[in-house]
Amino acid sequence: MKKYCQDLTVVSAEHLSDKHTLLKLTRDEALPPMQPGQFVEVRCDGSASTFLRRPISINYFDPERNEMWILVAAVGDGTKSLMNLKAGDKLNCIFPLGNHFTLAQRPDEKLLLVGGGVGIAPLLFAGKCLSKQGVRPSFLLGARSAKDLLELDLFKQLGDVYVTTEDGSLGEKGFVTNHSILKEQSFDRICTCGPKPMMMAVARYASHASIDCEASLENMMACGLGACLCCVEKTTEGNLRVCKDGPVFNINQLLWQI
Amino acid sequence: MANLSVKINRLSLKNPVMTASGTFGYGLEYADFVPLEELGGIIVKGTTLEPRQGNDYPRMAETAQGMLNCVGLQNKGVDYFCEHIYPQIKDIQTNFIVNVSGNSPQTYAECAQRLAKLEKIPAIELNISCPNVKQGGMAFGVTCEGAASVVRAVRKVYPKTLIAKLSPNVTDIASIARTCEDEGADSISLINTLLGMAVDIEHRKPLLSIRTGGLSGPAVKPVALRMVYDVTHAVKIPVIGLGGIMTAEDAIEFLMCGATAIQVGTANFIDPGVTMKIRDGINDWLDRHGCASVDEIIGAID
Repeated sequence: MKKYCQDLTVVSAEHLSDKHTLLKLTRDEALPPMQPGQFVEVRCDGSASTFLRRPISINYFDPERNEMWILVAAVGDGTKSLMNLKAGDKLNCIFPLGNHFTLAQRPDEKLLLVGGGVGIAPLLFAGKCLSKQGVRPSFLLGARSAKDLLELDLFKQLGDVYVTTEDGSLGEKGFVTNHSILKEQSFDRICTCGPKPMMMAVARYASHASIDCEASLENMMACGLGACLCCVEKTTEGNLRVCKDGPVFNINQLLWQI
Repeated sequence: MANLSVKINRLSLKNPVMTASGTFGYGLEYADFVPLEELGGIIVKGTTLEPRQGNDYPRMAETAQGMLNCVGLQNKGVDYFCEHIYPQIKDIQTNFIVNVSGNSPQTYAECAQRLAKLEKIPAIELNISCPNVKQGGMAFGVTCEGAASVVRAVRKVYPKTLIAKLSPNVTDIASIARTCEDEGADSISLINTLLGMAVDIEHRKPLLSIRTGGLSGPAVKPVALRMVYDVTHAVKIPVIGLGGIMTAEDAIEFLMCGATAIQVGTANFIDPGVTMKIRDGINDWLDRHGCASVDEIIGAID
Protein backbone atom coordinates (compact mmCIF):
# COMPACT_ATOMS: atom_id res chain seq x y z
CA MET A 1 0.00 0.00 0.00
CA LYS A 2 1.61 3.23 -1.16
CA LYS A 3 2.26 5.83 1.53
CA TYR A 4 2.13 9.57 1.06
CA CYS A 5 3.80 12.52 2.74
CA GLN A 6 1.94 15.66 1.80
CA ASP A 7 -0.01 18.69 2.91
CA LEU A 8 -3.68 17.90 3.36
CA THR A 9 -6.30 20.63 3.52
CA VAL A 10 -8.44 21.04 6.62
CA VAL A 11 -12.08 20.91 5.53
CA SER A 12 -13.34 21.59 9.04
CA ALA A 13 -12.10 21.60 12.62
CA GLU A 14 -14.84 20.79 15.13
CA HIS A 15 -14.16 21.10 18.83
CA LEU A 16 -15.98 18.09 20.27
CA SER A 17 -14.94 18.92 23.83
CA ASP A 18 -12.55 21.29 25.55
CA LYS A 19 -9.72 18.91 24.69
CA HIS A 20 -10.85 17.07 21.58
CA THR A 21 -10.92 18.33 18.02
CA LEU A 22 -12.17 16.49 14.97
CA LEU A 23 -10.16 17.41 11.88
CA LYS A 24 -11.63 16.50 8.50
CA LEU A 25 -8.89 16.46 5.89
CA THR A 26 -8.86 16.25 2.12
CA ARG A 27 -6.69 16.69 -0.95
CA ASP A 28 -7.42 17.50 -4.60
CA GLU A 29 -6.80 13.98 -5.90
CA ALA A 30 -8.69 11.02 -4.50
CA LEU A 31 -7.39 9.85 -1.13
CA PRO A 32 -5.88 6.36 -1.24
CA PRO A 33 -7.64 3.31 0.17
CA MET A 34 -7.18 2.95 3.93
CA GLN A 35 -8.20 0.52 6.63
CA PRO A 36 -9.52 0.90 10.20
CA GLY A 37 -6.66 0.82 12.71
CA GLN A 38 -4.25 2.59 10.38
CA PHE A 39 -2.83 5.93 11.42
CA VAL A 40 -1.35 9.20 10.25
CA GLU A 41 1.94 10.82 11.33
CA VAL A 42 1.12 14.50 11.71
CA ARG A 43 3.64 17.34 11.74
CA CYS A 44 2.81 19.92 14.39
CA ASP A 45 4.05 23.06 12.64
CA GLY A 46 2.15 25.27 15.05
CA SER A 47 4.25 24.17 18.03
CA ALA A 48 7.86 25.31 18.05
CA SER A 49 8.71 22.98 20.94
CA THR A 50 7.47 19.87 19.13
CA PHE A 51 10.21 18.18 17.13
CA LEU A 52 8.77 14.82 16.11
CA ARG A 53 5.53 14.02 14.34
CA ARG A 54 2.56 12.72 16.30
CA PRO A 55 0.81 9.47 15.38
CA ILE A 56 -2.98 9.86 15.26
CA SER A 57 -5.36 7.09 14.24
CA ILE A 58 -7.75 7.45 11.36
CA ASN A 59 -11.20 8.12 12.79
CA TYR A 60 -13.14 7.79 9.57
CA PHE A 61 -12.60 7.59 5.84
CA ASP A 62 -15.30 8.85 3.53
CA PRO A 63 -14.37 8.11 -0.10
CA GLU A 64 -17.53 9.84 -1.40
CA ARG A 65 -16.58 13.17 0.18
CA ASN A 66 -12.87 12.37 -0.20
CA GLU A 67 -12.33 13.04 3.51
CA MET A 68 -10.10 11.44 6.09
CA TRP A 69 -10.98 12.28 9.69
CA ILE A 70 -8.60 12.34 12.63
CA LEU A 71 -9.67 12.88 16.21
CA VAL A 72 -7.09 14.88 18.14
CA ALA A 73 -6.84 14.78 21.93
CA ALA A 74 -4.86 17.69 23.35
CA VAL A 75 -2.17 16.00 25.43
CA GLY A 76 0.96 18.08 24.99
CA ASP A 77 2.05 21.19 23.12
CA GLY A 78 2.07 19.41 19.76
CA THR A 79 -1.47 18.08 19.88
CA LYS A 80 -2.70 21.33 21.51
CA SER A 81 -1.36 23.23 18.51
CA LEU A 82 -3.49 21.06 16.21
CA MET A 83 -6.59 22.35 17.99
CA ASN A 84 -5.89 25.81 16.54
CA LEU A 85 -6.24 24.63 12.94
CA LYS A 86 -9.06 26.14 10.91
CA ALA A 87 -10.83 25.23 7.68
CA GLY A 88 -8.51 25.91 4.76
CA ASP A 89 -5.29 25.39 6.76
CA LYS A 90 -2.75 22.80 5.65
CA LEU A 91 -1.61 19.88 7.74
CA ASN A 92 1.41 17.83 6.68
CA CYS A 93 0.66 14.12 7.05
CA ILE A 94 2.35 10.79 6.34
CA PHE A 95 -0.38 8.25 5.66
CA PRO A 96 -1.82 5.64 5.69
CA LEU A 97 0.47 3.79 8.11
CA GLY A 98 0.44 0.47 9.93
CA ASN A 99 -1.80 -2.58 9.79
CA HIS A 100 -5.49 -2.75 10.63
CA PHE A 101 -8.19 -4.53 12.58
CA THR A 102 -9.45 -7.81 11.17
CA LEU A 103 -12.92 -7.16 9.77
CA ALA A 104 -15.82 -9.61 9.98
CA GLN A 105 -14.93 -13.11 8.87
CA ARG A 106 -18.56 -14.11 8.38
CA PRO A 107 -21.84 -12.14 8.20
CA ASP A 108 -23.22 -13.41 11.52
CA GLU A 109 -20.02 -12.77 13.50
CA LYS A 110 -20.82 -11.02 16.79
CA LEU A 111 -18.21 -8.30 17.20
CA LEU A 112 -17.63 -6.11 20.24
CA LEU A 113 -15.59 -2.97 19.72
CA VAL A 114 -14.29 -1.58 23.02
CA GLY A 115 -12.88 1.94 23.15
CA GLY A 116 -11.71 4.23 25.90
CA GLY A 117 -11.10 7.98 25.73
CA VAL A 118 -9.78 9.09 22.35
CA GLY A 119 -9.12 5.40 21.64
CA ILE A 120 -12.66 5.20 20.33
CA ALA A 121 -11.44 6.94 17.17
CA PRO A 122 -10.51 3.98 14.93
CA LEU A 123 -13.57 2.05 16.07
CA LEU A 124 -15.91 4.42 14.23
CA PHE A 125 -14.08 3.67 10.98
CA ALA A 126 -14.10 -0.04 11.86
CA GLY A 127 -17.86 0.14 12.45
CA LYS A 128 -18.35 1.80 9.06
CA CYS A 129 -16.36 -0.95 7.31
CA LEU A 130 -18.31 -3.62 9.18
CA SER A 131 -21.61 -2.05 8.19
CA LYS A 132 -20.48 -2.25 4.55
CA GLN A 133 -20.01 -5.98 5.18
CA GLY A 134 -23.57 -6.12 6.50
CA VAL A 135 -22.40 -6.59 10.07
CA ARG A 136 -23.80 -4.54 12.95
CA PRO A 137 -21.28 -4.60 15.79
CA SER A 138 -21.73 -3.62 19.42
CA PHE A 139 -19.72 -0.71 20.74
CA LEU A 140 -18.66 -0.49 24.37
CA LEU A 141 -17.29 3.00 24.93
CA GLY A 142 -15.82 4.41 28.11
CA ALA A 143 -14.65 7.81 29.27
CA ARG A 144 -14.08 9.80 32.45
CA SER A 145 -17.24 11.78 32.04
CA ALA A 146 -20.17 12.29 29.63
CA LYS A 147 -18.50 15.28 27.96
CA ASP A 148 -15.54 13.08 26.95
CA LEU A 149 -17.73 10.58 25.10
CA LEU A 150 -17.37 11.61 21.50
CA GLU A 151 -19.28 10.93 18.28
CA LEU A 152 -21.92 8.86 20.07
CA ASP A 153 -24.58 9.71 17.49
CA LEU A 154 -22.32 8.44 14.70
CA PHE A 155 -21.59 5.20 16.56
CA LYS A 156 -25.33 4.67 17.09
CA GLN A 157 -25.89 4.70 13.32
CA LEU A 158 -23.53 1.74 12.96
CA GLY A 159 -24.31 -0.52 15.90
CA ASP A 160 -25.58 -0.94 19.44
CA VAL A 161 -23.80 1.42 21.78
CA TYR A 162 -23.09 0.73 25.46
CA VAL A 163 -21.43 3.37 27.59
CA THR A 164 -19.56 3.66 30.87
CA THR A 165 -18.26 6.77 32.59
CA GLU A 166 -16.00 6.88 35.60
CA ASP A 167 -18.15 9.56 37.26
CA GLY A 168 -21.47 7.96 36.26
CA SER A 169 -22.58 11.02 34.28
CA LEU A 170 -23.64 8.80 31.36
CA GLY A 171 -24.29 5.08 31.00
CA GLU A 172 -23.09 2.70 33.67
CA LYS A 173 -20.68 4.03 36.28
CA GLY A 174 -17.22 2.46 36.22
CA PHE A 175 -14.84 1.08 33.64
CA VAL A 176 -15.76 -0.61 30.38
CA THR A 177 -14.87 -4.01 31.80
CA ASN A 178 -17.48 -3.50 34.55
CA HIS A 179 -20.32 -3.06 32.05
CA SER A 180 -23.23 -5.49 32.42
CA ILE A 181 -23.24 -6.22 28.68
CA LEU A 182 -20.20 -8.41 29.19
CA LYS A 183 -22.20 -10.65 31.50
CA GLU A 184 -25.43 -10.56 29.52
CA GLN A 185 -24.20 -11.21 26.00
CA SER A 186 -21.57 -13.37 24.36
CA PHE A 187 -19.32 -12.24 21.53
CA ASP A 188 -17.22 -14.01 18.92
CA ARG A 189 -14.49 -11.44 18.77
CA ILE A 190 -13.34 -8.18 20.41
CA CYS A 191 -11.37 -5.25 18.98
CA THR A 192 -10.10 -2.69 21.46
CA CYS A 193 -8.30 0.63 21.47
CA GLY A 194 -7.66 2.95 24.38
CA PRO A 195 -5.40 3.46 27.39
CA LYS A 196 -3.13 0.47 28.01
CA PRO A 197 -4.59 -0.42 31.45
CA MET A 198 -8.06 -0.52 29.85
CA MET A 199 -6.89 -2.67 26.96
CA MET A 200 -5.14 -5.02 29.36
CA ALA A 201 -8.37 -5.37 31.35
CA VAL A 202 -10.28 -6.06 28.13
CA ALA A 203 -7.62 -8.58 27.10
CA ARG A 204 -7.94 -10.28 30.49
CA TYR A 205 -11.72 -10.54 30.06
CA ALA A 206 -11.35 -11.86 26.49
CA SER A 207 -8.68 -14.31 27.48
CA HIS A 208 -10.74 -15.74 30.37
CA ALA A 209 -13.84 -15.93 28.18
CA SER A 210 -11.81 -17.50 25.34
CA ILE A 211 -12.77 -14.72 22.94
CA ASP A 212 -10.42 -13.78 20.13
CA CYS A 213 -9.22 -10.21 20.73
CA GLU A 214 -7.21 -7.57 18.89
CA ALA A 215 -5.74 -4.49 20.57
CA SER A 216 -4.39 -1.34 18.91
CA LEU A 217 -1.28 -0.03 20.69
CA GLU A 218 0.02 3.52 20.81
CA ASN A 219 3.66 3.20 21.84
CA MET A 220 5.72 6.35 21.36
CA MET A 221 7.09 6.56 17.84
CA ALA A 222 9.62 8.51 15.89
CA CYS A 223 9.55 7.54 12.20
CA GLY A 224 6.22 5.72 11.88
CA LEU A 225 7.69 3.80 8.93
CA GLY A 226 9.39 0.84 10.61
CA ALA A 227 12.91 2.26 10.39
CA CYS A 228 13.91 3.56 13.81
CA LEU A 229 12.75 0.66 16.03
CA CYS A 230 11.76 3.02 18.86
CA CYS A 231 8.13 1.91 19.27
CA VAL A 232 8.70 -1.82 19.75
CA GLU A 233 6.43 -4.08 21.79
CA LYS A 234 7.53 -7.43 23.22
CA THR A 235 5.72 -10.24 21.46
CA THR A 236 5.91 -13.98 20.97
CA GLU A 237 7.98 -13.18 17.87
CA GLY A 238 10.42 -10.87 19.68
CA ASN A 239 10.35 -7.08 19.65
CA LEU A 240 7.95 -5.98 16.94
CA ARG A 241 7.40 -2.46 15.61
CA VAL A 242 4.06 -1.00 16.64
CA CYS A 243 4.20 1.40 13.66
CA LYS A 244 4.71 -1.22 10.98
CA ASP A 245 3.99 -4.70 12.38
CA GLY A 246 1.11 -3.10 14.35
CA PRO A 247 -0.49 -1.00 15.70
CA VAL A 248 -3.05 -3.83 15.85
CA PHE A 249 -1.92 -7.07 17.52
CA ASN A 250 -3.81 -10.17 18.51
CA ILE A 251 -3.56 -10.37 22.30
CA ASN A 252 -2.09 -13.87 21.91
CA GLN A 253 0.96 -12.25 20.31
CA LEU A 254 1.50 -9.87 23.22
CA LEU A 255 3.44 -10.74 26.35
CA TRP A 256 1.11 -8.80 28.64
CA GLN A 257 0.82 -10.14 32.18
CA ILE A 258 -2.95 -10.64 32.20
CA MET B 1 23.53 21.86 -12.75
CA ALA B 2 26.71 21.52 -10.72
CA ASN B 3 28.76 18.35 -10.57
CA LEU B 4 27.74 16.80 -7.25
CA SER B 5 29.77 13.58 -7.44
CA VAL B 6 32.34 12.87 -4.75
CA LYS B 7 34.67 10.00 -3.93
CA ILE B 8 35.23 8.24 -0.62
CA ASN B 9 38.31 6.19 -1.31
CA ARG B 10 37.33 3.89 -4.23
CA LEU B 11 33.67 4.57 -3.64
CA SER B 12 31.99 6.90 -6.13
CA LEU B 13 28.94 8.77 -4.88
CA LYS B 14 26.49 10.43 -7.27
CA ASN B 15 26.13 13.18 -4.71
CA PRO B 16 27.33 13.75 -1.15
CA VAL B 17 23.96 12.92 0.45
CA MET B 18 23.75 9.61 2.29
CA THR B 19 21.40 8.36 4.98
CA ALA B 20 22.58 7.58 8.49
CA SER B 21 22.42 4.12 9.99
CA GLY B 22 19.37 3.36 12.10
CA THR B 23 17.28 6.16 10.64
CA PHE B 24 16.49 4.81 7.18
CA GLY B 25 16.00 1.07 7.77
CA TYR B 26 17.24 -0.78 4.70
CA GLY B 27 16.08 2.00 2.41
CA LEU B 28 13.01 0.02 1.38
CA GLU B 29 10.96 1.61 4.18
CA TYR B 30 11.44 4.97 2.42
CA ALA B 31 10.94 3.86 -1.18
CA ASP B 32 7.56 5.64 -1.40
CA PHE B 33 9.22 8.96 -0.55
CA VAL B 34 12.73 8.87 -2.05
CA PRO B 35 14.01 7.49 -5.37
CA LEU B 36 16.63 5.39 -3.59
CA GLU B 37 18.98 5.20 -6.59
CA GLU B 38 19.34 8.99 -6.47
CA LEU B 39 20.98 8.95 -3.05
CA GLY B 40 24.75 9.09 -2.70
CA GLY B 41 24.50 6.09 -0.42
CA ILE B 42 22.41 4.31 2.17
CA ILE B 43 23.98 3.18 5.44
CA VAL B 44 21.75 0.36 6.60
CA LYS B 45 20.79 -0.47 10.17
CA GLY B 46 23.56 -1.57 12.56
CA THR B 47 24.26 -5.25 11.98
CA THR B 48 25.89 -7.72 14.35
CA LEU B 49 27.18 -11.27 14.02
CA GLU B 50 24.35 -12.68 16.12
CA PRO B 51 20.73 -11.44 16.25
CA ARG B 52 20.02 -8.85 18.96
CA GLN B 53 16.69 -7.95 20.58
CA GLY B 54 17.85 -4.48 21.64
CA ASN B 55 16.77 -2.69 24.80
CA ASP B 56 13.38 -2.55 26.46
CA TYR B 57 10.73 0.05 25.63
CA PRO B 58 10.72 3.05 26.11
CA ARG B 59 13.58 3.60 23.72
CA MET B 60 12.90 7.18 22.72
CA ALA B 61 12.36 10.57 24.29
CA GLU B 62 11.74 13.82 22.48
CA THR B 63 13.98 16.67 23.61
CA ALA B 64 14.48 20.29 22.61
CA GLN B 65 15.30 20.23 18.89
CA GLY B 66 16.16 16.58 18.98
CA MET B 67 15.57 13.18 20.46
CA LEU B 68 17.21 10.57 22.64
CA ASN B 69 17.18 6.92 21.66
CA CYS B 70 18.39 3.73 23.28
CA VAL B 71 17.32 1.19 20.67
CA GLY B 72 20.41 -0.90 21.39
CA LEU B 73 21.18 -2.35 17.96
CA GLN B 74 18.10 -4.50 17.52
CA ASN B 75 18.77 -6.50 14.34
CA LYS B 76 18.37 -10.03 13.04
CA GLY B 77 22.08 -10.64 12.56
CA VAL B 78 24.42 -10.63 9.57
CA ASP B 79 23.29 -13.98 8.17
CA TYR B 80 19.67 -12.82 8.04
CA PHE B 81 20.87 -9.67 6.30
CA CYS B 82 22.81 -11.67 3.70
CA GLU B 83 19.99 -14.13 3.04
CA HIS B 84 16.86 -12.01 3.30
CA ILE B 85 17.65 -8.29 3.01
CA TYR B 86 20.51 -8.28 0.52
CA PRO B 87 18.48 -9.93 -2.28
CA GLN B 88 15.89 -7.16 -1.95
CA ILE B 89 18.37 -4.29 -2.22
CA LYS B 90 21.20 -5.57 -4.41
CA ASP B 91 19.73 -4.30 -7.68
CA ILE B 92 19.03 -0.77 -6.44
CA GLN B 93 21.64 1.45 -8.05
CA THR B 94 23.14 3.23 -5.07
CA ASN B 95 25.89 2.49 -2.56
CA PHE B 96 24.51 0.26 0.15
CA ILE B 97 26.90 0.39 3.07
CA VAL B 98 26.39 -1.86 6.07
CA ASN B 99 26.94 -0.47 9.55
CA VAL B 100 28.70 -3.17 11.57
CA SER B 101 28.82 -3.54 15.33
CA GLY B 102 30.23 -6.15 17.66
CA ASN B 103 31.34 -6.95 21.18
CA SER B 104 34.93 -7.89 20.37
CA PRO B 105 37.38 -7.18 17.52
CA GLN B 106 36.82 -10.78 16.41
CA THR B 107 33.03 -10.45 16.10
CA TYR B 108 33.43 -7.22 14.11
CA ALA B 109 35.89 -9.00 11.82
CA GLU B 110 33.73 -12.07 11.35
CA CYS B 111 30.73 -9.91 10.50
CA ALA B 112 32.85 -7.89 8.04
CA GLN B 113 34.17 -11.06 6.42
CA ARG B 114 30.65 -12.26 5.64
CA LEU B 115 29.69 -8.87 4.22
CA ALA B 116 32.84 -8.75 2.07
CA LYS B 117 31.42 -11.62 0.02
CA LEU B 118 28.40 -9.55 -1.05
CA GLU B 119 29.24 -8.10 -4.45
CA LYS B 120 26.88 -5.10 -4.20
CA ILE B 121 28.01 -3.98 -0.74
CA PRO B 122 31.03 -1.81 -1.58
CA ALA B 123 31.80 -0.62 1.93
CA ILE B 124 31.10 -1.08 5.60
CA GLU B 125 30.89 1.46 8.40
CA LEU B 126 32.34 0.27 11.70
CA ASN B 127 30.15 1.37 14.55
CA ILE B 128 32.61 1.82 17.38
CA SER B 129 30.37 4.46 18.84
CA CYS B 130 26.94 3.07 19.77
CA PRO B 131 26.19 4.43 23.26
CA ASN B 132 23.31 2.02 23.92
CA VAL B 133 24.90 -1.38 24.34
CA LYS B 134 26.61 -2.65 27.47
CA GLN B 135 29.41 -4.52 25.75
CA GLY B 136 31.32 -3.27 22.76
CA GLY B 137 29.94 -0.40 20.72
CA MET B 138 31.10 2.86 22.19
CA ALA B 139 33.52 1.12 24.56
CA PHE B 140 35.84 0.65 21.57
CA GLY B 141 35.42 4.15 20.24
CA VAL B 142 36.35 6.09 23.36
CA THR B 143 39.99 5.05 23.51
CA CYS B 144 42.67 4.98 20.82
CA GLU B 145 43.59 1.41 21.82
CA GLY B 146 39.97 0.22 21.52
CA ALA B 147 39.45 1.89 18.16
CA ALA B 148 42.76 0.54 16.90
CA SER B 149 41.93 -3.03 17.94
CA VAL B 150 38.69 -3.07 15.97
CA VAL B 151 39.96 -1.31 12.84
CA ARG B 152 43.08 -3.51 12.77
CA ALA B 153 41.11 -6.75 13.11
CA VAL B 154 38.64 -5.76 10.39
CA ARG B 155 41.26 -4.31 8.04
CA LYS B 156 43.01 -7.69 7.92
CA VAL B 157 39.94 -9.42 6.53
CA TYR B 158 38.04 -6.67 4.72
CA PRO B 159 39.50 -5.49 1.40
CA LYS B 160 36.80 -2.99 0.39
CA THR B 161 36.17 0.55 1.61
CA LEU B 162 36.29 0.70 5.38
CA ILE B 163 34.68 3.61 7.22
CA ALA B 164 35.06 4.08 10.99
CA LYS B 165 32.16 5.86 12.71
CA LEU B 166 33.34 7.80 15.72
CA SER B 167 31.74 8.66 19.02
CA PRO B 168 31.58 12.30 20.14
CA ASN B 169 31.68 11.16 23.77
CA VAL B 170 35.46 11.60 23.98
CA THR B 171 37.97 14.21 25.03
CA ASP B 172 40.01 14.30 21.84
CA ILE B 173 38.21 12.98 18.79
CA ALA B 174 41.04 13.96 16.44
CA SER B 175 43.46 11.53 18.09
CA ILE B 176 40.99 8.67 17.70
CA ALA B 177 40.48 9.60 14.04
CA ARG B 178 44.25 9.56 13.50
CA THR B 179 44.46 6.14 15.12
CA CYS B 180 41.81 4.78 12.77
CA GLU B 181 43.66 6.24 9.80
CA ASP B 182 46.94 4.70 10.98
CA GLU B 183 45.25 1.30 11.25
CA GLY B 184 44.08 1.47 7.66
CA ALA B 185 40.57 2.94 7.74
CA ASP B 186 39.67 4.49 4.37
CA SER B 187 37.31 7.08 5.78
CA ILE B 188 35.94 8.48 9.03
CA SER B 189 32.29 9.24 9.67
CA LEU B 190 31.19 11.37 12.61
CA ILE B 191 29.39 12.04 14.85
CA ASN B 192 27.38 9.22 16.37
CA THR B 193 24.93 10.36 19.07
CA LEU B 194 25.86 12.27 22.20
CA LEU B 195 25.15 10.39 25.40
CA GLY B 196 22.29 12.06 27.24
CA MET B 197 19.41 11.66 29.63
CA ALA B 198 15.87 12.90 30.27
CA VAL B 199 13.70 12.57 33.37
CA ASP B 200 9.99 11.99 33.96
CA ILE B 201 9.57 14.31 36.94
CA GLU B 202 6.07 13.05 37.84
CA HIS B 203 7.27 9.48 38.26
CA ARG B 204 10.79 10.48 39.37
CA LYS B 205 12.47 8.17 36.90
CA PRO B 206 14.40 8.33 33.64
CA LEU B 207 12.32 8.49 30.44
CA LEU B 208 14.46 5.80 28.80
CA SER B 209 14.49 2.14 29.83
CA ILE B 210 18.28 2.02 30.31
CA ARG B 211 18.40 5.55 31.78
CA THR B 212 20.65 7.02 29.10
CA GLY B 213 20.45 7.30 25.34
CA GLY B 214 22.00 8.94 22.33
CA LEU B 215 21.01 12.51 21.47
CA SER B 216 20.48 13.36 17.81
CA GLY B 217 18.82 16.08 15.78
CA PRO B 218 19.54 19.79 15.28
CA ALA B 219 20.50 20.14 18.96
CA VAL B 220 23.81 18.38 18.27
CA LYS B 221 24.76 20.11 15.01
CA PRO B 222 27.17 22.73 16.40
CA VAL B 223 29.06 20.03 18.31
CA ALA B 224 29.16 17.82 15.22
CA LEU B 225 30.46 20.65 13.03
CA ARG B 226 33.26 21.46 15.43
CA MET B 227 34.28 17.81 15.60
CA VAL B 228 34.15 17.37 11.82
CA TYR B 229 36.32 20.45 11.49
CA ASP B 230 38.82 19.06 14.03
CA VAL B 231 38.96 15.65 12.35
CA THR B 232 39.27 16.90 8.77
CA HIS B 233 42.27 18.91 9.93
CA ALA B 234 43.82 15.87 11.65
CA VAL B 235 43.55 13.15 8.96
CA LYS B 236 44.15 12.88 5.20
CA ILE B 237 41.42 10.32 4.50
CA PRO B 238 37.97 11.59 3.51
CA VAL B 239 35.52 12.45 6.26
CA ILE B 240 31.75 11.94 6.22
CA GLY B 241 29.90 14.44 8.41
CA LEU B 242 26.65 13.94 10.22
CA GLY B 243 24.79 15.27 13.22
CA GLY B 244 21.57 17.24 13.06
CA ILE B 245 21.48 17.96 9.32
CA MET B 246 17.94 19.05 8.44
CA THR B 247 18.50 21.27 5.39
CA ALA B 248 20.83 21.84 2.45
CA GLU B 249 22.31 24.80 4.33
CA ASP B 250 23.19 22.50 7.23
CA ALA B 251 24.83 20.06 4.80
CA ILE B 252 26.85 22.86 3.18
CA GLU B 253 28.17 23.86 6.61
CA PHE B 254 29.53 20.33 7.04
CA LEU B 255 31.04 20.35 3.54
CA MET B 256 32.71 23.69 4.22
CA CYS B 257 34.12 22.27 7.47
CA GLY B 258 35.84 19.66 5.33
CA ALA B 259 33.38 16.75 5.04
CA THR B 260 33.51 15.07 1.63
CA ALA B 261 30.01 13.68 2.09
CA ILE B 262 27.25 13.93 4.65
CA GLN B 263 24.65 11.67 6.24
CA VAL B 264 21.09 12.63 7.05
CA GLY B 265 19.64 10.85 10.08
CA THR B 266 16.94 12.09 12.42
CA ALA B 267 15.62 14.50 9.77
CA ASN B 268 14.23 11.46 7.90
CA PHE B 269 11.73 11.05 10.75
CA ILE B 270 10.39 14.57 10.30
CA ASP B 271 10.35 14.59 6.51
CA PRO B 272 10.85 11.20 4.86
CA GLY B 273 11.67 12.94 1.56
CA VAL B 274 14.18 15.38 3.03
CA THR B 275 17.28 13.82 1.42
CA MET B 276 16.24 14.82 -2.09
CA LYS B 277 15.47 18.35 -0.90
CA ILE B 278 18.96 18.52 0.60
CA ARG B 279 20.58 17.25 -2.60
CA ASP B 280 18.62 19.72 -4.73
CA GLY B 281 19.33 22.51 -2.27
CA ILE B 282 23.08 21.89 -2.45
CA ASN B 283 22.88 21.99 -6.23
CA ASP B 284 20.88 25.22 -6.20
CA TRP B 285 23.35 26.85 -3.83
CA LEU B 286 26.27 25.84 -6.05
CA ASP B 287 24.50 27.16 -9.15
CA ARG B 288 23.64 30.41 -7.40
CA HIS B 289 27.24 30.89 -6.36
CA GLY B 290 28.73 29.99 -9.72
CA CYS B 291 30.36 26.77 -8.51
CA ALA B 292 30.76 24.11 -11.19
CA SER B 293 31.39 21.35 -8.67
CA VAL B 294 30.71 20.52 -5.05
CA ASP B 295 34.49 20.02 -4.70
CA GLU B 296 34.83 23.80 -4.68
CA ILE B 297 33.17 24.10 -1.27
CA ILE B 298 34.55 21.01 0.49
CA GLY B 299 36.91 22.35 3.15
CA ALA B 300 36.25 25.90 2.01
CA ILE B 301 36.98 27.31 5.46
CA ASP B 302 40.48 27.10 6.89
